[in-house]
Amino acid sequence: MSIWIKHELCSGCGACVKVCPYAAVEIIDTKACINERCTECGVCLTSCKEKAILTDVTEKTVPDFSDRKGVWVFAEQRDGILNRVTFELLGIGQLLAKELNQELSAIVLGSKIDKLIDPLAEFGAENIYIAIHPSLNDYRTIAYTSVISKLVREYKPNILLIGATHTGRDLAPRLSRRLGVGLTADCTELSIDPEHGDLLQTRPAFGGNLMATIINRYSRPQMATVRPGVMQQIKGKSPNGPRKIIKSVSLSEKEIMTRILEVVKEERQKVNLNEAKVIITGGRGVGSLEGMKKLEALADLLGGEVGGTRVAVEEGWVTVERQIGQTGQTVRPDLYFACGISGAIQHRAGILGSKYIIAINKDPMAPIFQVADWGIVGDIHEVVPLLTEKLQQR
Amino acid sequence: METIVMIKQVPDTTEIRIDPSTGNLIREGIESIINPDDRHAIEAALQIKEKLGGSIIAICMGPSQAIDAISEALGFGVDRGILLTDKCFAGADTWATSFTLGRAVEKINNYDLIICGQQAIDGDTAQVGPQLAEYLHIPQITYVKGIKEITEKKIVAKRLVESGYEIIGCGLPALLTVVRELNKTRFPRFDWLIDACNKRAPIEIWNAADLGVKAYQVGLQGSFTNVISTYTPTFKRRGEILEGDSQRMVEDLLTRLEENHLV
Ligand SMILES: Cc1cc2nc3c(=O)[nH]c(=O)nc-3n(C[C@H](O)[C@H](O)[C@H](O)COP(=O)(O)OP(=O)(O)OC[C@H]3O[C@@H](n4cnc5c(N)ncnc54)[C@H](O)[C@@H]3O)c2cc1C
Ligand SMILES: Nc1ncnc2c1ncn2[C@@H]1O[C@H](COP(=O)(O)O)[C@@H](O)[C@H]1O
Repeated sequence: MSIWIKHELCSGCGACVKVCPYAAVEIIDTKACINERCTECGVCLTSCKEKAILTDVTEKTVPDFSDRKGVWVFAEQRDGILNRVTFELLGIGQLLAKELNQELSAIVLGSKIDKLIDPLAEFGAENIYIAIHPSLNDYRTIAYTSVISKLVREYKPNILLIGATHTGRDLAPRLSRRLGVGLTADCTELSIDPEHGDLLQTRPAFGGNLMATIINRYSRPQMATVRPGVMQQIKGKSPNGPRKIIKSVSLSEKEIMTRILEVVKEERQKVNLNEAKVIITGGRGVGSLEGMKKLEALADLLGGEVGGTRVAVEEGWVTVERQIGQTGQTVRPDLYFACGISGAIQHRAGILGSKYIIAINKDPMAPIFQVADWGIVGDIHEVVPLLTEKLQQR
Repeated sequence: METIVMIKQVPDTTEIRIDPSTGNLIREGIESIINPDDRHAIEAALQIKEKLGGSIIAICMGPSQAIDAISEALGFGVDRGILLTDKCFAGADTWATSFTLGRAVEKINNYDLIICGQQAIDGDTAQVGPQLAEYLHIPQITYVKGIKEITEKKIVAKRLVESGYEIIGCGLPALLTVVRELNKTRFPRFDWLIDACNKRAPIEIWNAADLGVKAYQVGLQGSFTNVISTYTPTFKRRGEILEGDSQRMVEDLLTRLEENHLV
């Protein structure tokens, strides 16, 4: 593609020189000449009365992707244990594959992965692409990028989903650049456009103030990372069992470039907010560690977990892995109690999947009431212990 | 040690409001700030410079007013700023952004370390850093929450993961994306801020031609992904506010929980 000047037609009037934003046209010996600063923006084309400026720049077209088939899911594992988000990806993957009438595949990398095959098949993977190599034992960016990009180039999937975990958000962008394809981050909804069959990728933007639906029209596979805790797991084994495709791998340390010198597990209380049926979350209104104890008592009684807003975490009333919201966890319990929480959009972003939301706040104008099923305007220090007491009596 | 920090100018999302009738963002009166994570990127670069010497360049792609972000960076002690601005850069997705930033780095052609924020608060994608690292064929360490060791030749950093952290080492040049736990940011120096707003301040402005890119490679045209619609999230909830004194409200709540088989 380029822009050039037909010198027989050029009158040397210099109109194009004036309109060019880049000083990319000069008059040399009474004729306009385009230099290397030209960005092919096309501004000069209409300025020429003699129609001496020509171009072969065309409209961007959508390539033919009819050979791209299949929905792929990256099966994330650490120490031989699959990350929950893998099953969630398979869940949404099943729905998308069905809609497109294409197959669902998982792709798993590691050094020992025999135990991972059955669970992947049980949650819907019809094909499992496997790469085994000692260098793949722990996730490393370039090792995984290299192996997955080769698989994608060979088998040409239509869609590739990756969990928006720390691993996924390190891998997916690197991979997208290597494959030369677009990528949508941290999706909370995925569906198929009935008209063109494109993947509709919906995600929050501006801190959850806005939802945006994005499509990837010009490149394949359509890549997206998906927020953990949002999609449903669906059991469903394909009748002909999983087809295993084992790929041989050659990797050198020199090519991988990074080394993991140590893996430090931070002793964290085991929390599984994702699976909790009841969550009692405290915000600034909790006021102190003492205040938090009252919420814990209610949580214990209901067999639930406690959570915190960013404020509660920063105050040290709740540990950071219990933060709920945009930068914390996304949860979907049956029952969500928001206690002393204003309901900032960044917090609400993490709780919308809850079946029922109960808000307790002394400010009747607090935005949390807009997203609550039932609201109590009152002091949590009074209401929460009362609720606990009455529940015990029943 | 030559360090490049990538800074983005973003609207302060804690202040954001949506026009209920149009569903659009109300941008008027909203302050533009340096993306919070990028402030930590600047701080990291300053600390490294204090230890190893060298210089720091801040690069920002954005509209012409994004020069304010660069001036602020100079106020912190960054040596040089480059604003990438051009009509045709507008509407870029992360693919086009990482390409444009990558061309700027190639033009500078002398660097040991690139530091980005983990993610920008307007888009929250966390994609630009790793995509830039791949474009430049250099290693990346994301979610950096600590730097254990840095020399002219290599870096050892703590990378935050869900179950704790990893200690990762690699040779330079490399790209880091950093999280706010990494450091405490300092305040800018007033006299440096004033100098940064001076005409002779070391700030350059580069457009598409300066980067040697074509219009179709950047901005909206150079993007693979397109936003096809936006909407404000709606909440379908009962929205029932219970009434009476605490006893009454708690009783009513319990009744409703029981009716719905929730307790
Ligand atoms: C990029 C970004 C990401 C963020 N991510 C998150 C996130 O993941 N999670 C998150 O939670 N926040 C997040 N935030 C912060 C968020 O914007 C809010 O600041 C935070 O959620 C507010 O917490 P809060 O409701 O506890 O405090 P406040 O907003 O101060 O609200 C406290 C509420 O408690 C009520 N109250 C006080 N005392 C009592 C009492 N005795 N009884 C009853 N009610 C009482 C008050 O009326 C008030 O409504 C983020 C912000 C940004 C900019
Ligand atoms: N327009 C930009 N100009 C400079 N740096 C950017 C730009 N966009 C993104 N970055 C860098 O990439 C990081 C991640 O941004 P994002 O991928 O948009 O979440 C930011 O914290 C910045 O360091």
